[in-house]
Amino acid sequence: MIPASFDYVAPSSVEEALQALAQGGEEAKVLGGGQSLLPVLRMRLAAPTTVVDLRKLTELRGVRDEGDAIVIGSMTTHHDVTRDPLVAEHAELVVKTIRTVADPQIRHRGTFGGSLVHADPAGDLLAPAVALGAEMVIAGSSGRRTVPASEFFLDFFTTAVAPDEILVEVRIPKHTGWGSHYEKFNRVAQAWSIVAVAAAVRSEGGSIAEARVVLTNMGSTPIRATGVEQALVGQPASDEVIRAAAQHAAEGTSPMTDGNADGDYREHLARVLTGRAVAAAAGLAVQGG
Amino acid sequence: MTATAQPSANELGRSRKRKEDARLISGRTRWTDNISLPGMVHLAVLRSPVAHATIGSIEVEAAKQAPGVAAVFTGRDFADEQGSLPCAWPISSDMVAPQAPSLAVDRVNFAGEAVAVVAARSAAEAHDALELIEVDFDDLPVVLDMEAALADGADLVHPEQGTNRNALWVFDSAEVGTGGDVEDAIRDASDNGVVVRRRFRQQRLVPAFMEPRSVVMDPTGEQLTLWSATQVPHILRVMIAMTLGVPEHKVRVIAPDVGGGFGGKLQVTPEEIITFLVAQRLGKPAKWTESRSESLVSGHHGRDQIQDITICASRDGTVTGLKVELMADMGAYLRLVSPGIPILGAFMYNAIYKIPAYHFACTNVFTTKTPTDAYRGAGRPEATFAIERIMDELAVELGMEPLELRERNWIKHEEFPFTTVSTLTYDSGNYEAATARAKELFGYDGLRAEQRRRREAGDPVQLGIGISTFTEMCGLAPSRVLGSLSYAAGGWEHASIRMLPTGKVEVVTGSSPHGQGHETAWSQIVSDQLGVGFDDVEVLHGDTQSSHKGMDSYGSRSLTVGGIAVVKAAEKVVDKARKVAAHMLEASEDDLEYDRGRFTVRGTDKGTTVADVALAVFAAHDLPDGVEASLDSDATFDPENFSFPHGTHLCATEVDTETGHVTIRSYVCVDDVGTVVNPLIVEGQIHGGLAQGIAQALFEEAVYDEAGTLITGTLADYLVPSAVDLPNFVTDRTETPSTTNPLGVKGVGEAGTIASTPAVVNAVIDSVRHLGVRDVEMPCSPQTVWRAINAAQGRAKSVSEGYTDTAAGGGLGSVDASGGAR
Repeated sequence: MIPASFDYVAPSSVEEALQALAQGGEEAKVLGGGQSLLPVLRMRLAAPTTVVDLRKLTELRGVRDEGDAIVIGSMTTHHDVTRDPLVAEHAELVVKTIRTVADPQIRHRGTFGGSLVHADPAGDLLAPAVALGAEMVIAGSSGRRTVPASEFFLDFFTTAVAPDEILVEVRIPKHTGWGSHYEKFNRVAQAWSIVAVAAAVRSEGGSIAEARVVLTNMGSTPIRATGVEQALVGQPASDEVIRAAAQHAAEGTSPMTDGNADGDYREHLARVLTGRAVAAAAGLAVQGG
Repeated sequence: MTATAQPSANELGRSRKRKEDARLISGRTRWTDNISLPGMVHLAVLRSPVAHATIGSIEVEAAKQAPGVAAVFTGRDFADEQGSLPCAWPISSDMVAPQAPSLAVDRVNFAGEAVAVVAARSAAEAHDALELIEVDFDDLPVVLDMEAALADGADLVHPEQGTNRNALWVFDSAEVGTGGDVEDAIRDASDNGVVVRRRFRQQRLVPAFMEPRSVVMDPTGEQLTLWSATQVPHILRVMIAMTLGVPEHKVRVIAPDVGGGFGGKLQVTPEEIITFLVAQRLGKPAKWTESRSESLVSGHHGRDQIQDITICASRDGTVTGLKVELMADMGAYLRLVSPGIPILGAFMYNAIYKIPAYHFACTNVFTTKTPTDAYRGAGRPEATFAIERIMDELAVELGMEPLELRERNWIKHEEFPFTTVSTLTYDSGNYEAATARAKELFGYDGLRAEQRRRREAGDPVQLGIGISTFTEMCGLAPSRVLGSLSYAAGGWEHASIRMLPTGKVEVVTGSSPHGQGHETAWSQIVSDQLGVGFDDVEVLHGDTQSSHKGMDSYGSRSLTVGGIAVVKAAEKVVDKARKVAAHMLEASEDDLEYDRGRFTVRGTDKGTTVADVALAVFAAHDLPDGVEASLDSDATFDPENFSFPHGTHLCATEVDTETGHVTIRSYVCVDDVGTVVNPLIVEGQIHGGLAQGIAQALFEEAVYDEAGTLITGTLADYLVPSAVDLPNFVTDRTETPSTTNPLGVKGVGEAGTIASTPAVVNAVIDSVRHLGVRDVEMPCSPQTVWRAINAAQGRAKSVSEGYTDTAAGGGLGSVDASGGAR
């Protein structure tokens, strides 16, 4: 498959990239690692007039420590994120999630920011971003603005990033010492999630002090399972408590039906997988396979 | 003279790494798409987005004006010359065979059918121009369901044919005289034994070869040369001549290196004809290479059958009859061997068992879907699945251990050769030995014990064991058998051997490798036969100019037919060399002994080699009177019988009852493929075969929506498993040589695929049978398994509430309770 022709620019600074986008208008597209955009181009599902390739923007690569948060550059590859000691220490959920993404080739090409901006509801990085209260730093012609992850994902493949803006970095508040788990359910290893659950738990003396549970692919955007979180907080981290809390997982969701799963099955999976994700995050043995 | 290595040990049985792999894996080789010719145009094909429609106007002017475009053609441009794509297997004299144009002319009959082609300077420009073509489609009703298609008053795929029925093919053991009347057997078992009926669904699959199809045609030479990523260059040459009326001697077909086929490239494709015609019309070389999505929608599919199976047995577990009623989806057109695919299965439903009465009837049906044709196993996986699945169901009804039921009915090793109820004579086998070894490697008894423990404990993850004791017929095929089945060609294979003056050897084979490793295996065979080094043998294939005669590769025939032709040609070389050697050694031919390339005068140390003889023959200074100055020889081998590999495959699955997710915990197979030329290649064939068979059981299905469009149109939707989705395979072999060929070899290319699907599905059902599940439709996706468990538990609940359920099974299955199967 061959894409329709387009103009290609590879700017060497964010400012240049923003100018290129402004010139390209509505028909310009940003290219990160290309793992989502290239298939779309090749299948001619999109035909942008201009592709703005961010590959030269080394300033957008890497992870740094900013005191109470870590900051991940949007062009950092999945692979590099998983290898970063700061992420491992302060946002373990991100590392565990990325390890389930596709295959090694894709993790070496695909970028952290590209995944988030693509906003495929079955994409894996959306839920942990919401769970960890990430803040998205967006650059535009009038400067930079910050949008919390909970307000970033607007609909299928739609985010708060405007066509003339670029997601430049993601600030993740440190969750040092939190237990975490990403429970992904799919049919073959390189496939997207049918349903997945991101869970992060802070325990204090055998009780759950704080909990974040966010569902992947249970709606057009990642969905925070607040009913589950509320049922967990202040309770002992026991199988009974978690099992009961997980029953709230599908509340308020309206999952789609597709070739892999009907909506009612997805709701069932959300409950089962939530129980497993939280149990694993809380350090309990998990049954099931 | 260059050095030639003396072989030190037997090549046969050596795990040689494959000669061809370095270039194949690196891609630095002669893939069709790598070929580029001066002045070549690139083609892009416009495909119908709708399943069934009449074609009104096609507006091509804008496309013709687009940058780089050389020409645009529609079906109407080629209507008078494109002919009808060939079907070489008219299974009955009254078979309905609609015209099959390469480019649709007045009507499209499946989504993905070619309607126009653009030729341009570059592939990109050709694809750009496709978007400028406007076709006016006038929708017709789609025909998607086989049963509905056969009903009175059904909408018709080909209205001019008056029916959607392609053909009915029947075999009945009472009529043929090989067994009893199955209706009698069923009646008798209804009174005194057990009758089990099931409906199984063989979902539609995509062959999913790695290298997309590609065609290059060069009309500028004296011969019209066509390169194609095909399994069948020789068949393609004949069929192009017959279809297009081009003189056969003016056509040269080359299958350069070909990256997989699995039956998917056993075809004469519309795109081969289209590329041929466009190149001829323009007088310029032309190339067409498909995208993966194009491949999924337009390359032929496989399987797609509904199987109604009835088996009956006496209460002691002796099977007394088997009745098979099939519907097979041909899709919209008959391709090369479409109608015969289900018929290949007709001979395998009785499998390894002694079944005294057998009836088989297959109705082939047209639908508005992509045509179906050969896919790895071709008819035999479907048969093996049905018999191995229903043997498990019968065992449950009888309360027998499923392996015991099989043992009670299988052919004992001392009973070979054995002529089956479906008329085949199995030459050799030892089902007891393979099964015993498989049980041992599997830890069968231990797993059964664990299964009991888990069931008692109500473990959310349940364990099941699946069995498949399979055989298959391969090595297609004795020509007389193909004749009796109305197939248009024979089943022989050709080989020739050219002895070069330096002692090197060229082997020309008529079988056509596309990943099997012929170059390695044939070198090993010839090395042993002629006593030349493994590296001193060059294997030439896939070009009708060098390999002028052949029947190509499919049906696990390359070694058992093509390899034997190589042996026969080598024997002729030795016979010719013997005369010359005797002359050189001043001895009588009768006094010469021959062993792996060396002639010696009996009782002396005088001797010479085939290589030395080759040099002497090249010089031709001193040949015996009447002896031609050539050792070159060829042979055409027509097998007297099929080959019958067999084996026992055991699969343990873990089913997560909370989600329905299936994990294969262990997979053990002990295959008997007769004598082995190269164990490493055999291992590779088994592994790949298992992957494809397991894929059918758990992952793959070509799914159409209500409008008749393929919705699994990318590899993100059509789930081909990768290595991480599959277990470690434990493989072993028993070796019972075939008695019908001089090497004792049997086919191996399809064995793993044929055997593994029922082993996995049987294991899945065994994992949850205690929960009331009696069937799970393929592919056993998590949702399907979860729903089967839920449905069964719903039934169990209604039973406990006093409702007696005797008829329903999960999925499409049902048990006939009237026959005592309560």
